[in-house]
Amino acid sequence: MSTIGYENWAVDLADVGAIYPMQGWEVPMTIIGVLFWLGWHVVQFRSESRELAEAEKNISAEGVKKAIDRY
Amino acid sequence: MDGNLNALTTVFTEFYYWVTVVFMFLIHVGFCMYEVGASRRKNHMHTLLKNIMVIPLVTVTFFFFGWWIYWTFPNAFPGIGGIDFAAGTAYTPWSENMGTNMQDRITGVFWAAFLLFSWTAASIVSGAVIERIRSSALWMHAVMIGSVLWIIDAAWGWHWDGWMVKVLGYHDAYASGVIHAIAGGYALGVIMVLGPRIGKFAADGTPRDIPPHNPWMLAIGLFLIYTGFWGFYAACNVPAISPEVIDGQITGTTWTATNIYLAPTSLSAITFNFLMSLSGGLMAAYIVSKGDAFWTLSGGLAGVITASAGNDLYHPIQAMIIAAIGVVIVYKLHYWVERRFKIDDAVGAVAVHGYAGVVGLIICGFVLWGAPSSPYEGYATVNPLGQTIGAVIMFGLLGFLPAFIISKIQASFGILRIPEAVERQGLDFHENETYEAAIADITQATHAATPAE
Repeated sequence: MSTIGYENWAVDLADVGAIYPMQGWEVPMTIIGVLFWLGWHVVQFRSESRELAEAEKNISAEGVKKAIDRY
Repeated sequence: MDGNLNALTTVFTEFYYWVTVVFMFLIHVGFCMYEVGASRRKNHMHTLLKNIMVIPLVTVTFFFFGWWIYWTFPNAFPGIGGIDFAAGTAYTPWSENMGTNMQDRITGVFWAAFLLFSWTAASIVSGAVIERIRSSALWMHAVMIGSVLWIIDAAWGWHWDGWMVKVLGYHDAYASGVIHAIAGGYALGVIMVLGPRIGKFAADGTPRDIPPHNPWMLAIGLFLIYTGFWGFYAACNVPAISPEVIDGQITGTTWTATNIYLAPTSLSAITFNFLMSLSGGLMAAYIVSKGDAFWTLSGGLAGVITASAGNDLYHPIQAMIIAAIGVVIVYKLHYWVERRFKIDDAVGAVAVHGYAGVVGLIICGFVLWGAPSSPYEGYATVNPLGQTIGAVIMFGLLGFLPAFIISKIQASFGILRIPEAVERQGLDFHENETYEAAIADITQATHAATPAE
């Protein structure tokens, strides 16, 4: 058994097409890939919201003045 | 060269490898920028020169014996075979093939492609040890990893006739193990003996961050490494070859690009997979490091390294997911090892290269299970056990172990680490003093020579 569909290369390459593992599972793989991408946005959005809320909480007039002067 | 087609193929192949070599030069530029960016101002010039001098030292030794090792050591392992002196005849430094020769237009560019991998292996070690190793000690290590150890592992596991490919079904198309795992293991062996930089750990053992003096420089360095890595990927392929020349099991007359084992793949496949694994690595690293720029960029690299073993065959979505998994493991492992063993890996080299390489090899064994490792008959197929044993050989046997032993010897002679007082003051102290004095001198002289109004 081979995950790429070929157990040896005793083949004519003119007759060979896809050679990646799990052929036939392209749609489920795409679903997993899309979930990874969308999940990334969700996690990143939440994490950024927390970070901004934290930053907002710690703002002081002195700090703002220093930041403006530092450019 | 007989006939126009052969002539064209030869000249194309010659030019193809030459272009990859130029691209790969950017890896070294990137490593230099990265190291200097990560070091403190008091150590810049020594940090830079330490890595620059890797270039000539590894180049000349790779010419003298490194290239010969690749062709003579594929079966040099106890119980398997010995050194094949006949196979190395054309690659001794006194061979006619190792010079201008109208009958051999490929050896020079192929040698150079491998040589640039050698620089990379040495440069990975160079980054981990900044700000406290003696340059002379590092340069011995550079020659060992760049012109001896990595090229032995390449002969064993990255050669169409290598015993690891035949017996273990070892598959490592873009060098997760043969470059990255070995260099990461080697770096770990050195820094375990070398010890951390002064101040890296608090009295209670808590690690302190030593921030880079220039994060921008570090980021651009990593971008250059990415760019050079494209060239590296292309250099790992044979661009165009006929089944007749491969002389294996492939039938018919269809020409193909192949991986280093002469098994079919395509530039298109590795372009898909390079970009998708880079993306998977960057995305995972951003999340796991909570948006840390250093780790996000390094994670892109670690993602590609994790997927590299099987990136000749993976589906792009598989490459992306494998990269992401690898990066999470690598990041967690880096901080666990740092806390547990008080290891100061200044640029995360052991993690990004070593752990990612090991994880990538093992994952590849599962995802490509049963795939042919070679176009030749009788070779083992790819399998998880063979890949795991391969990872141990790369990281442990040829990487960590020799580095640890050599470093112990260097330490026993007192030639591994710079004196503590010099480390505090900075390696560039003398240069900086001279520089400031020269500025004061020329400024004073210019003032003196300027007529009063």
